[in-house]
Amino acid sequence: MMAISDKPIDTARLQRGVTNPAAGGYCAFEGWVRNENDGHVVERLEYEAYEPLAIAEGEHVIAEAQEKFGILDAQCVHRVGLLEIGECAVWIGVAAAHRDEAFRACRYIIDEIKVRLPIWKKEHYAGGDSGWVNCERCASHGIAD
Amino acid sequence: MKRITVRYFAMFREHAGVGEETLELDAATARDVFEATRARHGSSEPLGHCKIAINDRMTDWDAPVENGDTVLLFPPVAGG
Repeated sequence: MMAISDKPIDTARLQRGVTNPAAGGYCAFEGWVRNENDGHVVERLEYEAYEPLAIAEGEHVIAEAQEKFGILDAQCVHRVGLLEIGECAVWIGVAAAHRDEAFRACRYIIDEIKVRLPIWKKEHYAGGDSGWVNCERCASHGIAD
Repeated sequence: MKRITVRYFAMFREHAGVGEETLELDAATARDVFEATRARHGSSEPLGHCKIAINDRMTDWDAPVENGDTVLLFPPVAGG
């Protein structure tokens, strides 16, 4: 299940949604809004998504992870709107029979989501400036990981 | 000429000053639409960093466009 939300992500509730009696391992990733990027003090982030295709592409990524790693379940929620420092921007939860496939699938899903889903992020800096973050810069500076 | 509705997102919307516009274009492919709008709005973003969809389907740059299509132009993505 892939979802886009304009409300805070409730990770405890989401975790309960991937429990499975056949699961021996659960792996989650949370991406948080941090207060600095590339030497700039970041005050908040603004996420925009084109929801119909972000969901469709997210579902493809999750299906690929299920196919590649044989996991029992995987879910992902990505926030949109204005987020404050420390808020959860993206959550991924994976349940699998064993830890190895849970870790690997979780890593696969976040890596693919960052480069494939039509989601954009604008940084709002101290002093009032703002700027869109692009993925190439994102990759070279390790932002939001 | 084809009547194409173009939708802009994130930095493309800010460059264009509009979220959507309908243009009369002599365009055969998705690439032609991208180049026409880039010239129209003075964007310098390389095509290779962007993505495109036609009528809500992600597609490649050589995909044909038809009269009445809606083309979605996605600047470099940055989820997560």
